[in-house]
Amino acid sequence: MAVPDDLFFYVDPGRCIGCQSCVQACMQCDTHKGQSMIQLDYVDKTTSTQTVPMVCMHCDSPTCAEVCPADAIKKTEDGVVQSARKPRCIACNNCVIACPFGVPKMNTGMHLMMKCDMCYDRTSIGLKPMCASVCPSQALAFGTRAEIEVTRPNSKAIDTFQFGNQTIRTKVKLMVPRDHPSEVLDVTEALHQPTIGQDAIECVFEEEER
Amino acid sequence: MIDPISKGQIRPDSRTTPPDGRPHRLQPKWRKDFPIDTGQDEYVSRRELVKFMVLTSGAFAVGQFWLVVRSLMRRGEAQPPAAPVAEVGELPIGGAKTFHYPEGSPPRLLVRLGENRFVAYDQQCTHLLCPVVPAVKEGALHCPCHHGWFDIETGEPTAGPPRRALPRVLVETRGDQVWATGVEEPQT
Repeated sequence: MAVPDDLFFYVDPGRCIGCQSCVQACMQCDTHKGQSMIQLDYVDKTTSTQTVPMVCMHCDSPTCAEVCPADAIKKTEDGVVQSARKPRCIACNNCVIACPFGVPKMNTGMHLMMKCDMCYDRTSIGLKPMCASVCPSQALAFGTRAEIEVTRPNSKAIDTFQFGNQTIRTKVKLMVPRDHPSEVLDVTEALHQPTIGQDAIECVFEEEER
Repeated sequence: MIDPISKGQIRPDSRTTPPDGRPHRLQPKWRKDFPIDTGQDEYVSRRELVKFMVLTSGAFAVGQFWLVVRSLMRRGEAQPPAAPVAEVGELPIGGAKTFHYPEGSPPRLLVRLGENRFVAYDQQCTHLLCPVVPAVKEGALHCPCHHGWFDIETGEPTAGPPRRALPRVLVETRGDQVWATGVEEPQT
């Protein structure tokens, strides 16, 4: 079985409310029970409550697999990058360090790298991944392109990211504002941009100083 | 290397593009040997299979040859020096004890069958190395693991899974001591 061709995973950080539902639901996934593979990160905790759920983006040319010296990370025909194969993984941490999205997690107790496999047991039979099935604001969504276009007219989906000299195309799509000028998200450049809410915080501090 | 895609066994669009973007035939050998895609990773070409079969059977043949050479070399080895293993009065008729001969050997089993009749065998069953126990009344040695039976007089297997006789330790009584004088490997 493979993930159907017409179903895509969309990550829409602007909708994330930081409720941790996805983190809890991820723990219920049968392929890695009890361990959450989602990183729910604060963009900048000092200035904003904005959170971003990070699932595996399932790159077309997965860096984690490229750097794996043990040949443990494999991509299935439907483009899903699977978790490390237990008999092969040597727990060297290469993938954890190499992944530009910071997705793989090292389970030191089990000497095994574990990462989001898009709930392969579910998506390969057409079901939604656990996180997308519980997300109340649908910041994590799984559906057809048409569904997303109808329900989110102000956003567009992009799947190309620029990390320095490395261009990465992913299977999972990221929702950005429709007026975003480019089809490529330059992550390195975004690091130098002010965080959402930064200006408001600065205003408050300025008022207090006066 | 035979390309599984050109043979139509794997969908070409499922193949991962290498980071440098060059075509697959220009990629280094290690990348062809360690593909990222599951389909290619699990693909075994006919040539690989034949290579594996030939090398494995070759290894088996060499192993057999080595066993023959080793047994031929062993044939010339001298018996270990005789050593006392028990007192005659130590064992009642029908009694048994274990001993090591020569020192450091696997355990051997000494059984007293009559006033002056002692037999000794390897204690390890020739099936799967379980220790055998004497069943003197039945005139047998019994291996409880899989119910193998050996003749207590000769060490030959009589029932159950074992197919080879127990190696026999030659024993003789010298005065009031039982001496082991040699080990008789069964003819295979």
